Amino acid sequence: MRRVEDPPLLTGDTRFVDDLAPPGTLHACFVRSPYAAARIEGIDAAPARAVPGVEAVLTAGDIPGGLRAVLDRPEFTPTVMPLLAGDAVRHVGEPIAMVIADSRYSAEDGAEEVLVDYDPGPAVASLDRALAPGAPRVHDEMDDNLLLQVPMYDDPELDDILARAAALLEARFTTGRVTAAPMEGRASLARWDRRDSRLLVYVSTQVPHLVRTTVADVLQIPEHTVRVIAPDVGGGFGLKCVVGREEILVAAAALRLGRPVKWIEDRYENLAASWHGHEQRYDVRAAFDANGTLLAFDADISCDVGAYSCFPFSCGVEPLMAATEMPGPYRLAHYRARTRAVATNKVPIAPYRGVSRPQITFVMERVMDKAAARLGLDPVDIRRRNLIARDDFPYTGITGLVYDPASYRESLDLCAGHLGHDDWRARQEAARRDGRLVGLGFSCFSERTGYGTPAFAQRRMSITPGFESADIRMDPSGGVTVAVGTLGHGQGHRTTLAQVVSDELGVDPAHVRVVQGDTDATPYGWGTFASRSLVIGGGATKLAAGALAERLKRVAAHLLEVAVEDVELRDGRLQAAGAPEVSMSVAEVARVAHHAAHRLPPGEEAGLQARAGFDPPGTFSNATHGAVVEVSPATGEVRIHRYVVVEDCGVVINPMIVDGQVRGGVAQGIAAALYEQLLYDDEGQLLTATFMDYLVPTAAEIPPIEIHHLETPCEYSATGAKGMGEGGTIGAPAAIANAVSDAVGHLGIEVDAIPIHPAWMRARIEEARAR
Amino acid sequence: MTAHEVEVVVNGSRRALAVEARRTLVDALRHDLGLVGTHVGCEHGICGACTVLLDGEPVRSCLVFAVQAHGRTVETVEGLAQDGDLNPLQEAFSRHHGLQCGFCTPGFLMLATALLRREPDASEERIREVMSSNLCRCTGYAGILEAVAAARPSGAPQEERRGA
Amino acid sequence: MKPARFEYHRASSSAEAIELLDTLGEDAKLIAGGQSLVPMMSFRLARPSALVDIGRIPGLDAISVVDGGLRIGALATHAAIESTSDPAVLDGFDVLPRTARFIGHLPIRTRGTLGGSLAHADPAAEWCVLALALDAEVVVAGPSETRIVAARDLFTGFLSTALEPNEMILEVRFPHRPTRCSFVEHSRRSGDFALVAASARLDLEAGICRTVRIALGGVGPTPVRAVEAEALLAGRAPSSELRADAARAAAAALDPVSDVHAPGEHRRRLAEVLVRTALHRATGAP
Repeated sequence: MRRVEDPPLLTGDTRFVDDLAPPGTLHACFVRSPYAAARIEGIDAAPARAVPGVEAVLTAGDIPGGLRAVLDRPEFTPTVMPLLAGDAVRHVGEPIAMVIADSRYSAEDGAEEVLVDYDPGPAVASLDRALAPGAPRVHDEMDDNLLLQVPMYDDPELDDILARAAALLEARFTTGRVTAAPMEGRASLARWDRRDSRLLVYVSTQVPHLVRTTVADVLQIPEHTVRVIAPDVGGGFGLKCVVGREEILVAAAALRLGRPVKWIEDRYENLAASWHGHEQRYDVRAAFDANGTLLAFDADISCDVGAYSCFPFSCGVEPLMAATEMPGPYRLAHYRARTRAVATNKVPIAPYRGVSRPQITFVMERVMDKAAARLGLDPVDIRRRNLIARDDFPYTGITGLVYDPASYRESLDLCAGHLGHDDWRARQEAARRDGRLVGLGFSCFSERTGYGTPAFAQRRMSITPGFESADIRMDPSGGVTVAVGTLGHGQGHRTTLAQVVSDELGVDPAHVRVVQGDTDATPYGWGTFASRSLVIGGGATKLAAGALAERLKRVAAHLLEVAVEDVELRDGRLQAAGAPEVSMSVAEVARVAHHAAHRLPPGEEAGLQARAGFDPPGTFSNATHGAVVEVSPATGEVRIHRYVVVEDCGVVINPMIVDGQVRGGVAQGIAAALYEQLLYDDEGQLLTATFMDYLVPTAAEIPPIEIHHLETPCEYSATGAKGMGEGGTIGAPAAIANAVSDAVGHLGIEVDAIPIHPAWMRARIEEARAR
Repeated sequence: MTAHEVEVVVNGSRRALAVEARRTLVDALRHDLGLVGTHVGCEHGICGACTVLLDGEPVRSCLVFAVQAHGRTVETVEGLAQDGDLNPLQEAFSRHHGLQCGFCTPGFLMLATALLRREPDASEERIREVMSSNLCRCTGYAGILEAVAAARPSGAPQEERRGA
Repeated sequence: MKPARFEYHRASSSAEAIELLDTLGEDAKLIAGGQSLVPMMSFRLARPSALVDIGRIPGLDAISVVDGGLRIGALATHAAIESTSDPAVLDGFDVLPRTARFIGHLPIRTRGTLGGSLAHADPAAEWCVLALALDAEVVVAGPSETRIVAARDLFTGFLSTALEPNEMILEVRFPHRPTRCSFVEHSRRSGDFALVAASARLDLEAGICRTVRIALGGVGPTPVRAVEAEALLAGRAPSSELRADAARAAAAALDPVSDVHAPGEHRRRLAEVLVRTALHRATGAP
């Protein structure tokens, strides 16, 4: 089924934030710190105010306050991320002043004239420097740079098992800092509606209600006076599921100036001052018995989280996820994990597609391959031995997660079959005889999706997201409008949710309109992130549509004078079971419900609307990725010859959209494995602040991706569907790293760090050949 | 500021505007002429979201000053649909899921328009090469490449080839 | 990322452009396609006080063969060179369209010009490397004279040339039709500036190298000739072993700096690989 979202996006009839221009709009840009760590001794904005076109320059003195994310854990230290830095800056790109002018050009002219007197101090720009004894502290009031340090899991028998294991693997894994880089950066336009006394905020966000609450809280205005609209949103991938300083500042400036104020994040700001993620280090020990059974796992996890906690998820989002989900799809009885969030003078992290699961999957899948090599086992066999099996469900993992039925082993077998795993060694040998380095690698993983408030409550955030509601109503002509708190921004929710409603009500999807992204028109909800929308929002939608169907049946039964349990709803008609001639159309019922309400059954409310909420426990999608790669000894470059995904996300509602999510996700995972990395120097200067340096791959780098499906229906979701927005990104780095390690393993080279830079690879191959 | 008089023919209509010398063509199209379908993705010539046709040639409109376009013809995404109907290329993008968030889409459409005008029989390899000019963060490109191939007069692409 | 203010002048002839440059002073710059200049202006790394637009000067984009050599007007775009169908050009100078294909992407090549690329003098730019390999002569006009600058004298430092602030490139001449010339480069991502680019020209007589030119880009502040490697090959048959020796010699003479894209050592090793490949192709192998 084609997407209803497409036509305006194809004709240029778009409504992204920067496409909106209320009369009199002013344009903002920010003065951003050129230093990673400095005291601010003074700010002189007078010269900027004299620049032609500049209307105002605002500093922390004008707009005080900040964003403070809280976790209810004694091991957590909250940080206040100032809206505008007043006393000190803690990363390059931190906003210090907001210049508002008649155009972005003039605003940038003005920003150059704001004179800031900095007293630069020492910066910590890496995990090693931040953790070193006596290291400079990112936050003066702290004793060290540990914003969170938790011994999350322990086992008294663990050391003993590790000591006695047939194979004990010890390894360090690191993953590079990356960013979502949606093609549309962040964007915000706010205006004060004097007539209605409302603050209107148009924002490129994944979480409009959260923006509304945060704007109201920080600006101390009643929340009902704030209306947040997310119009077209040009990609998010997590970057827009947090609330940033700039969105609040734009709202504050619009209130203060009484004119519309717009800020469009440019690409420099997006790379250098937005949100980053995925820069982690793992020191692990894993014990296997001689048959390859994983006995025990000990993980020490450090996440470089930058200077502040993102709001509302906090800097715990990566370390807590990593420790909790480390075992992934494998049975594990003995586990220890210490996890920490380490402050550095770098851009803060926020959730980015996958949130720690690309990293833990990379770690666990590399461990599996290393163990296989150590024990002389086949990589597929060792995985099969350890994967959670059909008979194990529901499987309660060592960290307390309950795994619902999935197809871990089946997806691996299918993927291995598609890639010709059986005769791979022979083909690899033949290639090596021709001087070619080719490798095959797999990645098995679970993707926890659709988690509701009980699961989020375990994070102990001050705000617990999770539930969704749907409001559905039918108009007198039989047309359906459903309003949801989720927000598709590329995922095609307006199409898929219309399909869900259509299936439930038997009406043409073309007669179903999905409303999202306007806090005045939708029930309070948590937006779209963490692969939650189809499970939770889709569940609420299905339940609401089901409730509406029941109302239709009750009314029809009364009008047709048959028992309500005998009324069937199909193909847009309500009919008596076994007597199709006794029937009326949905539209006829709708007409009566609105225009002849006196004919409704006694006690039936006039009109046709229903509301339902949904708050499921969560469900696990799963997949196996497999890659065949070739490494060039001359250049160190990795080329991907084949990439196969066997995906199981339960019931597939729209196959085209599902495959699109997989492909896009894999592209971002390949990017993290081979191309993208944000690099800082020792002074905390970002070295990769352009698209010439931050290498988002093009169509020439991303190979065709073959997708196969298994379907293990979800028992906890109303639709049988599981979430699947992140799996592509989760699985790809491990598959690539394992394939590359397979290609060069005979030279003694193992990929334990991503991205895999060709210079590193070429040098290792040369060293190996020189030995 | 010195305003420069600029006349351009945009999607067949003659348009006049007065701009600062430094105003980029994309800003003039979007904010002076109200043609907001062309998007801005990087402002340094890498992402291609702002691709338009200038005298029929695909260009990055963030790397052209509006004054440089004086007297020229410009084609943007708004000119593609005919009488409200999607053209075959736009249709193909929808059918092959060549877009998700849609922000990069106008740039890809204009790039593909230019390619298929000069090379209606472009090979799949050639399509991949030219489409690698622009960045998309959502699709992984497969849908875009299939859509452009399908929009050739010769029609739909073969099954995606498998690698070695 | 909006450029700072500048004055704009549109020149209708090269004489007018030069006069404007002379009048406006050294903070004024020429703009042709602008594909290198405008990104730098967007970051406000370049802040010319004035731009003199030479993009419409007629007659400066011709591609013609004169006396067996090739002459290309400074305003010829990369795309025009890439798509030339003139048999006189393709016969012997086909390395030019083949090289053009490596420059950025199609929408860059439709705007960017040969003259602009040489004047910008990026050390990894394709035309700068090829100009060295082909002993190009650059016709440069100033207020009082028109002079010819040999490509080997053009590049004086990182993004710096022997051009005076009031001079402009009118034409680029490739006086010698090479027997064989190749161009290869390596970048991590399609269309990016090369990490390293190499061009090799072998003018063979009876299997012996009469003239050898090997040029490299991306290995220092300017594109460079690999003179040691050239000397190894001159007067000898370019056997596979000799080509490998020459590639090693070319790499040994380099000391590229490290940057965010690659350590210097990686560029040096890539240089060896690319020179070897370029020489291999210049012998006529596929």
